[in-house]
Amino acid sequence: MINVTIDGIKTSVHRDTSVLDAAKQCDITIPTLCHHPKLTPYGGCRLCIVEIKGINRPVTACTTPVSEGMEVTTSSPVLEKLRRTTLELILSDHPNDCMVCEKAGDCTLQELAYFYGIKENRFAGERRVYEKRDGNPLIERDMEKCILCNKCVRVCDEVQGVSAIDIAYRGFRSKVCPPYERDLDCEFCGQCIRVCPTGALTGRMWSLKGRQKDIREVDTICPYCGCGCNITLDIRKNEIVRVTSKEDTINEGWLCSKGTFGYKFLNDPARLTKPLIKYKGKFRESTWEEALGLVAKKLLKTKEKHGPDSIAGLASARCTSEENYLFQKFMRAVIKTNNVDHCARL
Amino acid sequence: MAGLAAVFGSGAMTNSIPEIENNDVLFVIGSNTTETHPIIGLRMKKAVRKEAKLIVADPRKIDLVRHSHLWLRQKPGTDVVLLHAIMHVILEQNLIDRVFILSRTEGFETFREGLRKYTPEYAEKITGVPARDIIRAAMLYARAKRPGIYYTMGITQHSHGTDNVYSIANLALMTGNLGMESTGVNPLRGQNNVQGATDMGCIPDQYPGYQRVDLPAIREKFEKAWEVTLSDKDGITATEMTDRCLDGKIKAMYIMGENPALSDPDINHTVKALKKLDFLVVQDIFLTDTAELADVVLPAAAFAEKDGTFTNTERRVQRVRKALDPPGEAKEDSRIIMELSERLGYPMRYNSMEEVFQEVAGLWQAVAGITYGRIEKQGLQWPCPTLEHPGTPYLFKGGFPRHKAAFSMVEYKPSRELPDRQYPFMLSTGRHLFHYHTGTMIRAGDALNSVAAEAYFELNSYDAGKLGVTGGQKVKISSRRGSIKIKAKLSERVEKGRVFIPFHYREAAANILTNTALDPVSKIPELKVCAVKIEKITKRGRPRIK
Amino acid sequence: MKTNKLEIMVCMGTGGIAAGGTEVLSAFESAIKKLKIPAKLKKGCSVHKVGCRGLCARDVLVDIIIKEKKSTYQYIKPDMVQRIVDEHIVGNQPVADWLATEDYHNFHEKQVKVVLSDCGNINPESIDAYFAVNGYEAAKKVLTLMSRQDVIEEIKRSGLRGRGGAGFPTGVKWEICGGVKNAQKYIICNADEGDPGAFMDRAIIEGNPHSVIEGMIIGAYAIGAGKGYVYIRAEYPLAVERLRKALEDAGKKNLLGKKILKTGFSFDIKVKLGAGAFVCGEETALIVSIEGQRGMPRAKPPFPVHSGLWGKPTVINNVETLANIPHIIRKGPDWFASFGTEKSRGTKVFALTGKVKNTGLIEVPMGISLKEIIYDIGGGMDKGRDFKAVQTGGPSGGCITADLLDINVDYESLAKVGSIVGSGGMVVLDDTDCMVSIARFFLEFTQVESCGKCVPCRIGTKRLLEILDRITAGKGKEGDIELLEELGKDIKASSLCGLGQTAPNPVLSTIKYFRPEYEAHIRDMKCPAAVCKELIEFTILEELCKGCGACVRACPANAIKGEKKKPHTLSSELCVKCGSCFDVCKFGAVKKE
Repeated sequence: MINVTIDGIKTSVHRDTSVLDAAKQCDITIPTLCHHPKLTPYGGCRLCIVEIKGINRPVTACTTPVSEGMEVTTSSPVLEKLRRTTLELILSDHPNDCMVCEKAGDCTLQELAYFYGIKENRFAGERRVYEKRDGNPLIERDMEKCILCNKCVRVCDEVQGVSAIDIAYRGFRSKVCPPYERDLDCEFCGQCIRVCPTGALTGRMWSLKGRQKDIREVDTICPYCGCGCNITLDIRKNEIVRVTSKEDTINEGWLCSKGTFGYKFLNDPARLTKPLIKYKGKFRESTWEEALGLVAKKLLKTKEKHGPDSIAGLASARCTSEENYLFQKFMRAVIKTNNVDHCARL
Repeated sequence: MAGLAAVFGSGAMTNSIPEIENNDVLFVIGSNTTETHPIIGLRMKKAVRKEAKLIVADPRKIDLVRHSHLWLRQKPGTDVVLLHAIMHVILEQNLIDRVFILSRTEGFETFREGLRKYTPEYAEKITGVPARDIIRAAMLYARAKRPGIYYTMGITQHSHGTDNVYSIANLALMTGNLGMESTGVNPLRGQNNVQGATDMGCIPDQYPGYQRVDLPAIREKFEKAWEVTLSDKDGITATEMTDRCLDGKIKAMYIMGENPALSDPDINHTVKALKKLDFLVVQDIFLTDTAELADVVLPAAAFAEKDGTFTNTERRVQRVRKALDPPGEAKEDSRIIMELSERLGYPMRYNSMEEVFQEVAGLWQAVAGITYGRIEKQGLQWPCPTLEHPGTPYLFKGGFPRHKAAFSMVEYKPSRELPDRQYPFMLSTGRHLFHYHTGTMIRAGDALNSVAAEAYFELNSYDAGKLGVTGGQKVKISSRRGSIKIKAKLSERVEKGRVFIPFHYREAAANILTNTALDPVSKIPELKVCAVKIEKITKRGRPRIK
Repeated sequence: MKTNKLEIMVCMGTGGIAAGGTEVLSAFESAIKKLKIPAKLKKGCSVHKVGCRGLCARDVLVDIIIKEKKSTYQYIKPDMVQRIVDEHIVGNQPVADWLATEDYHNFHEKQVKVVLSDCGNINPESIDAYFAVNGYEAAKKVLTLMSRQDVIEEIKRSGLRGRGGAGFPTGVKWEICGGVKNAQKYIICNADEGDPGAFMDRAIIEGNPHSVIEGMIIGAYAIGAGKGYVYIRAEYPLAVERLRKALEDAGKKNLLGKKILKTGFSFDIKVKLGAGAFVCGEETALIVSIEGQRGMPRAKPPFPVHSGLWGKPTVINNVETLANIPHIIRKGPDWFASFGTEKSRGTKVFALTGKVKNTGLIEVPMGISLKEIIYDIGGGMDKGRDFKAVQTGGPSGGCITADLLDINVDYESLAKVGSIVGSGGMVVLDDTDCMVSIARFFLEFTQVESCGKCVPCRIGTKRLLEILDRITAGKGKEGDIELLEELGKDIKASSLCGLGQTAPNPVLSTIKYFRPEYEAHIRDMKCPAAVCKELIEFTILEELCKGCGACVRACPANAIKGEKKKPHTLSSELCVKCGSCFDVCKFGAVKKE
């Protein structure tokens, strides 16, 4: 354990802890835009600068590991002035169109601009303008809103192992893009969207469906493969706005393309909404009363005529455990056959 | 799962997902993990970043190969030989775990005799994997401190799938690589609640909690709980149901949320069977291919429209919560079953899904300690027998449920249908990243679907050259059971002489071609190997044979 | 070499070749061949190329040594060769018209050449030539007679500091890295020379590549590295070629590779080409570039000596630093320390450019006064103009004004006045140079070369540049100077790497010393040096104009009118301020202000 003092608070933390994390353990929040706990420290946004006794210039808290006896100051007039300048610089090259931005209300940059009260900008100047937009079907990439925090690049490389994007060009023209600025062609896992601190990356599907303040969150489990990822459905007016995942889950907040984008089927107009009964080779809609009555009558008749083992049931790996339990109970206790299975083998 | 259960007494993943990143060697065989279980794939990649060694055994150059240290490209259906040769080397090099074998297993002496002939050189001839790679794999696995084996349908969907599973189990047993953190054998479940459906007794020979229907004491327990008399006869499996429909033994079927008319092997055969039924009721969220054949279709609620639990591949029971109202008059499956049951004179009255779960907890010791309250924030992994129990991240810490795990010698059996002059290509089927199962959930109009909208099959460019087929060209693929028209995608992922078709697409359903040959124990069909031929479609519409 | 009866050395650095060195060399070769020298004399006769000797402006430079007497010719073209051979070599009468003038010799006289001592004297493509000047003796001594600690001690005692700019003590760097326990370590030679106008690293590698290799071998031995990299700009094709040849030759002589010189020490060097990103000269960016990633610096600590290339302990030394090493080992640390000042030992190579008479590469002892450099070596101001300032340290540096001309040139003294030694760029400015434009020039460079990783550098330098743009365009606002200062200081304080931390220096330093010039641009809309196009005006002085019509013909905008032999007039509305009239007027009748 290493003993450090942060803003006068004495604490001891594990070796290899960054100053940023050590501060967090003392409930001291240092502003940052480019740091993500699951990605390698970057030190690009320069907002988490702190003063360390004995070091003659401010250093970034995210990249600096603690050392024995370190004395850290996280806020001072000098630091706040530098942070303010940095924020002003970022905003001087940002569309600042929060009123129509998907991310409004859930945007780290917006939050910081608010708390630093940046109304006017001393550095107004040229802004990046990109005519060509990415044509991929799923991820909206508005690179004018990108602040080059590099989180998307790192998550794509370090977590997803795909490296579909990187920074191209230099200086003010630096830009995150796929090779040769082609349209994004990747696994579309959406990890990049998840880590983006601004509205630069969003899901095409959730455009104009509702912003953070409008939605109600419901935690549930992904309906696809067996990983059992914990997902959060953002709901507005009986419709899914988007699917997210929290960081303290077994899937660590990461999802795949299906988990992220594969929810459209719920609102598909082809969903069955009424019981159907086949009559002369064609389906007709019916009431539950009639349909269930018919099913009950037919099953009973078959059981009486051919015995319970002439009836079989297939349950589903996509229904809940409780439903599967009830299904087999129905087959065993009501129909009185063990002819029950599901398609686990496929 | 039957294979693993026979050896260990339990057939689930022995370890949990978070443990993967602490493996020091990962042996992934027959699992295209990054596409079929992307998030488990992430953990594997994380392990590799933390300097674990990754061995991939797969006939296809799957994405995971990119991250691997060693890739074994076995011929499809030769896994038993590959695994035996690896074990042969481990034995030769004396890297077995004697204490573990003595104290926790039985049948090793007979088993070691059986391994004798499976030298790496012999295996090279059958599997096509160079002997030196087999030796490297053996050394890597046997010397590891925390190795994990991962497999999915590439191991099980064979006519000798259970033999494959036995071999994997044997490998873990002889090296004692079981019963510790990040160390074990892990079949990855393909669908979100396969584990749950199996746990809940939706299998013909077992009640909930893997309790056998043919044991009187158990039957009595359930009769008492359910206040009925129960059948003592084993039921039949899903694949057997198809045949029984055809021979008239099964007259009526009740299908909830499944689509065998697209997912079964040789679907022409399945469709014929379902059509022969006197009465078919299908309960689903869409009018699937199977529902089209039904006499009555009942509209069900989807996952986001109901409460309950899913149990994932690592035995973790997790809460599913209702977020939306179902469309129109659609109802939760549970309510439909209850209403139907009531009409048949057996009222099931539950006020909530929690009550259903409580009933299960009372009947199955392994989940007795799980309540909805306890899994409000995070799920629990069974076994969790008491309310104080923290759940079980990895199995067999103290021993096996069946006391001693048994080595079982199996011999290599070639796949049932191999390529010949008439059908010269070997077909495997599987999934790909952007689709899921039979495609009912990723719909035609979806943005996600547009990433990989069209059916295709993977064809090695050498074969394409020989056939005169170019990328994107539509060809006819036929097996002894049927034929489909599908576009070719030239790819080095498949080796010469082999083709791969994702089975998600109904317009070119791979399962028209596949073989119904079943594994005798697990009854899993051989979806990974069958013989096909490829013909160009000529202008007149008549295929030209090549 | 002393036995040579005749030696002809043709300067063939990049500058020499550009001036026609290759043709001059072959002209000499064929002319000598025709001489039919008796076979036994031929042995002592050699015609060969040498590297740069600093004064590239006089290329092609040719040295002819006959019986130890050296004559230097300047501005030699191939068609001049025959006469030199006829008169000088055959007739033993040097061609006086073409010999280098006195100022050429003055240029060299005040210099002290250590790293450049053999550049320009030996054939850089011959390992034997290097052997002949005691090459690889230091490496042999180190590997066979000295312990690792001995080597580190010697370098520490010499006081050698990194010549790449930061001036960190080399011996200390080696000692730290040597103390880190790791089976795999690396030594990297940073030859990614990127400052505009600086070319000392190129000259060293082109002129004496083996000295750098020898320095690396010694460094590798001292820290315990088994592998080395030379990270060199792809824009230096000749240096790369000569370096590769030198590595190959050294490998053949078992000076590289397994068990060097039959000792237990193995070491090999790979060449890695940089793709022209200025920031890759920053050591952490250089490392990730070798690793195959986009060259972007990362925060320190950890320092490369602890976790560098592929996460292994790594020492990165500049070309000039490494080229000093063999000399220190051969001649001893005390010899080296006898040059320079107490804290800045040894010599430093500078690229002297700008408005002095002699521009070129110079090597001087640390602590020499700026005045000596400009007036003795540089030969004073060109065209007799007034000295205004010296800009040192390139885009990271600052300027030094006339009242500071007596300043000693060393790390500490320059830092004290707000400039730096840096990699050794030295641009001399006169009264026709606009300081705002100079600052703007460097800012434009750093802005384009910023890697884009950190906000202050990526956006901050852009905003500085925009403000400078508007000042030089006559659109400056009251408060702009203060804004430049404020932003500049914030960028320096909060940028990630050396590039951003020093990028505002040219601005801050010019404001510090030439604030009135900035104010003139903003308040009076005037550029005192008459450089900023938007702020200058051309007029024709009636009393001086002879009406020759030269300006009328030169003007692309038809802005000048007038009858022959009568004073002309210039329309300021039509004038595009190209300056053609000013340049062509022989009578000084065009006024620029």
